[in-house]
Amino acid sequence: MKQQSKPILEFDDVRMIYHTKTGETLAADGMSFRVYEGEFIAVIGPSGCGKTTVLSLAAGLLSPSEGAVRVRGENVRRGMACFGYMLQKDELFPWRTVEQNICLPLEIKKIDTPQNRKRALALAEKYGLGGFLKHMPDQLSGGMRQRAALIRTLAPQPDILLLDEPFSALDYQTRLSVCDDVYNIIRNEKKTAILVTHDISEAISVADRIFVLSARPAKVVAAHALQFGSAVPLKRRESPAFSHWFELLWKELNV
Amino acid sequence: MKHAQSPLRTCSSEHIRYLKVLRRKTVFVQLARAGLLLFILGVWELIAALQLVDPFIISSPSRIAKMIASLAADGSLFYHIGTTLWETLLGFAIAVLLGTGIALLLWWSNAARNVLEPYIVVLNSLPKIALGPVIIIWFGTGASAIVFMTVLVGIIVAIMNMLGGFLATDKNKILLLESMGATKLQILRKLVIPSAIPQFIGMLKICVGMAWIGSIMGEYIVSKAGLGYLIVYGGQVFRLDLVMAATAILCVLAAGMYALVALAEKWLVKK
Repeated sequence: MKQQSKPILEFDDVRMIYHTKTGETLAADGMSFRVYEGEFIAVIGPSGCGKTTVLSLAAGLLSPSEGAVRVRGENVRRGMACFGYMLQKDELFPWRTVEQNICLPLEIKKIDTPQNRKRALALAEKYGLGGFLKHMPDQLSGGMRQRAALIRTLAPQPDILLLDEPFSALDYQTRLSVCDDVYNIIRNEKKTAILVTHDISEAISVADRIFVLSARPAKVVAAHALQFGSAVPLKRRESPAFSHWFELLWKELNV
Repeated sequence: MKHAQSPLRTCSSEHIRYLKVLRRKTVFVQLARAGLLLFILGVWELIAALQLVDPFIISSPSRIAKMIASLAADGSLFYHIGTTLWETLLGFAIAVLLGTGIALLLWWSNAARNVLEPYIVVLNSLPKIALGPVIIIWFGTGASAIVFMTVLVGIIVAIMNMLGGFLATDKNKILLLESMGATKLQILRKLVIPSAIPQFIGMLKICVGMAWIGSIMGEYIVSKAGLGYLIVYGGQVFRLDLVMAATAILCVLAAGMYALVALAEKWLVKK
């Protein structure tokens, strides 16, 4: 396994407190885990436990009250090039064409070179958006939009993808196929990914390892390595091990 | 999927019938609109012609037309229209540009917004005409006083509208840009401004109305020319024909300016 190599992302005894006028909330306490290059991690937990906080901390949008979040041994800062963040909704800008949306991170990061642009558009081409580059987002179906959002996330060549329930806004049927889609693209491009979800079956169908968070204050109470090999999400769902994992995780979430 | 659908080359007869009904309804509305105007003008003319009410008091469409014609003949019509029009347009432009600029600054700085909020609220609720005497003393009795009044009436509305639009920017889209490491200026340029364009157009429409209120109000207080001046002057010397003629022209101008904004909207939205 890759466990021997150095972690690409590391949470080291992270404590996170949110402050509001009415008080403070301890969102995470003693949270530690490591993610290795090329892994697909799913993070599940009871609702409201601060799953999104994990991603915000990883991306450097929040800084931990105590402890450290490190990428390849270096403390994270906001806007590090190595992260790509994908949200629940596609958040495509309706006044930009698909092409302009995909190239948005290149503009923001000021790396909008012809070369990078070509690579991003080649990616779009490769994953079936070639004919839609000049379309406006509202001319695309929900699944296509989410794919465009993924290509946008991949455009600046991030090492780690942070996925915040990226399928939950889609209807069930679309969700299954987009999940397959996104899984394949991420595997093809050999990216490390952290998926936050409340959907146990989704977690089992994509992840190499699953982290289970406790209720607030969140910490990792269990980490499971799944052995599905290279099976795609839909195939995994058919496997007998699937229901075994489902039962186990369901119990862990409801202790 | 919601791909742009190409219209069917051959329509079913049901569809043709549907279109026909649709067209007929549109034609009816247009005719009814024109008919209503003609009816009102006709009744008005009749009442005046039959002396049911003294035309001296209510004037009449034909007298108004004659008045406009005579004003046009000696050229003073265009002088007054021109005066009011450029005062209104200048005040409108300043109010829109300055208001949007100030709204941007207030969006940028939370501190400034918090400090200035009560001032804006008070200025918004203050009837601007109360400042009439102050404006006369500060700006004299020329066009600059009227332009100032126009700006004053429009700018607060412009600020409040645009600030509301800027602040309503989708939080998740901001989060997305932040995750890309965007600076505040980039968030402003790439997201906040483009997503506030519908709000901007709405604000333009409101400010057109405000600008006319401001300029006519300004001309009521101080002026030597303009449509507002004609109205006040006509009222003072009891020439209702003049009052009505100037009001009618004002209606046409205001409608025209609104139509221009609507045109600008179409153009901006298409972009």
